[in-house]
Amino acid sequence: MTNLKEFTKQVRKDIIQMVYGAKSGHIGGSLSSVEILAVLYNKILNIPIEWDKSSKFVMRDRFILSKGHVTPVFYSTLARVGYFDVELLKTFRKLGSSLQGHPCLFTKLPGIEISTGSLGQGLSIGVGVAQGLKLDKINSKVYVLLGDGEIQEGSTWEGFMSAGAKKLDNIVAIIDKNNLQIDGSVQDIKTLDPLDKKLEAFGWNVLTVDGHNLDELEQVFLKAKESKFPTAVICNTIKGKGVSFMEGNAGWHGKAPNEEQYNLAMEELNA
Amino acid sequence: MLSKERTVKSPRNAYGEALCALGEIDKNVVVLDADLAASTQSGMFAKKFPERFFDVGIAEQDMISQAAGLAIAGKIAFASTFAVFATGRCYDQIRASVAYSNLNVKIIGTHAGITVGEDGATHQANEDIALMRSLPNMTVLAPSDYYEVKACVEYAYKTQGPFYIRIPRTNTETIFSKNYKHDPLRTVELAKGEDVLVCTTGENLANVVDAVEILKSKGIFATLLHIPQIKPFLAKDDIIKSAKACKKVVTIENHSIIGGLGSTICEVLSENYPTHVLRIGVNDCFGQSGKAEDLVKYYNLDSNSIAQRIMEFIK
Repeated sequence: MTNLKEFTKQVRKDIIQMVYGAKSGHIGGSLSSVEILAVLYNKILNIPIEWDKSSKFVMRDRFILSKGHVTPVFYSTLARVGYFDVELLKTFRKLGSSLQGHPCLFTKLPGIEISTGSLGQGLSIGVGVAQGLKLDKINSKVYVLLGDGEIQEGSTWEGFMSAGAKKLDNIVAIIDKNNLQIDGSVQDIKTLDPLDKKLEAFGWNVLTVDGHNLDELEQVFLKAKESKFPTAVICNTIKGKGVSFMEGNAGWHGKAPNEEQYNLAMEELNA
Repeated sequence: MLSKERTVKSPRNAYGEALCALGEIDKNVVVLDADLAASTQSGMFAKKFPERFFDVGIAEQDMISQAAGLAIAGKIAFASTFAVFATGRCYDQIRASVAYSNLNVKIIGTHAGITVGEDGATHQANEDIALMRSLPNMTVLAPSDYYEVKACVEYAYKTQGPFYIRIPRTNTETIFSKNYKHDPLRTVELAKGEDVLVCTTGENLANVVDAVEILKSKGIFATLLHIPQIKPFLAKDDIIKSAKACKKVVTIENHSIIGGLGSTICEVLSENYPTHVLRIGVNDCFGQSGKAEDLVKYYNLDSNSIAQRIMEFIK
């Protein structure tokens, strides 16, 4: 696992550099999703690196970033795995860049299945994709990454209800449960608890994992693959993970570091 | 292209029949509905191709997002429900997931306009064209009769990208015939005169044709252009040419006078050939319960009221 650990270290540095360079972007929720995406893209997802040029393209797994604001972690992961040139990360959020603030389909950036960014839509999109794959008898899986704050959007529950009612066994909802949203703690603003019981009641197989433990994440995703029901993986994470002064601090949801903070963060990540 | 005699036929049946025909020739055609399959007539497709039909229940946001998902899985997704819910309840899903990604999702809103009737204002979509017309990538069609609905559904199927098609609840008199085809570049000229240019779209067409006949009997000769495609508006030249000949323009629609056909024509003319325009439609107000024919009269969309208002306008 040392390689994967190095991978997450590099992604964290990319996240800080991208948001510092753009003077805007979403750091906190990116840092909490680093291990989730690292395991998915290095160990689980079967998506050709040669994106739409491969003849097996239609057979690919699908990944939908429902929490579309965490483009720093998403773009960095895609680039570091090899979907596009790492140099492109420097254009993040700049005029004319294919690295839009939120994922954008028409920039043709490899790895983007659909534009997202308005919360609460990715799960139902995933349900649609899952049904389309079944019609074509394609056995791949659909993975949707949601934030815990995002689940306050009622439309998400329409998606949970649909997948549960149809017993779709080819969709995995991954919830980055970092317990914070812009205005403060999810617990205080509108609690989701008991999230596991709610999802089970909606017909989902629910697995819970330490969202920063690479081995556990791999095991839990492999287990999700075998499920006969839609599976939700609740990943317990820390918002801002990896940079001491950002950890557990809602203020770092969508703020760029100043020069001093940038240097401090990079120092910690390089240590 | 035009029918020799009028018969009353259901535009919604045309939708259901068109779906069945497309389902027959293309296994990638899928249909979604939100608990109104019996009303929209998407139920016809459900009976024939149950494995390709998805009733999401009373959940319009879920329906549009699932349609987007099916589209990125390579399907041509038709999603139907009442126009008021198809456009308003899930506007952000349409905007962010369908239009922004330019997906092959065809949104069909039936029961458009005040002619929904007895259900009243909550169910009368008078703003749906305005909502859909402002979205980039979206094509907006408002067919008038059974044959035109078929032609528009066929055109939407053949054309990549998001569509909104509004279809009335009422059974309308046929103006067109079986071999009518939708032409995105042209309006349909149904009368020629130089006293006034009358533009209409959607369900009102038969009433407007009759109104133009009434005008003729009074010695007023109108050019009548039927405009099924409201966006992108590619038939500018037809409008400008006729406006130059007629000098005065009237628009008629079963929709708010804000944001629909009237606004579209005003935009085209003010930029190209400023002309005095009268917009007939639902004024800036909500509808109410009543029989469809009573509401049509109340909101001045019957042939006599239309003729009367045009005469006053060009006096």
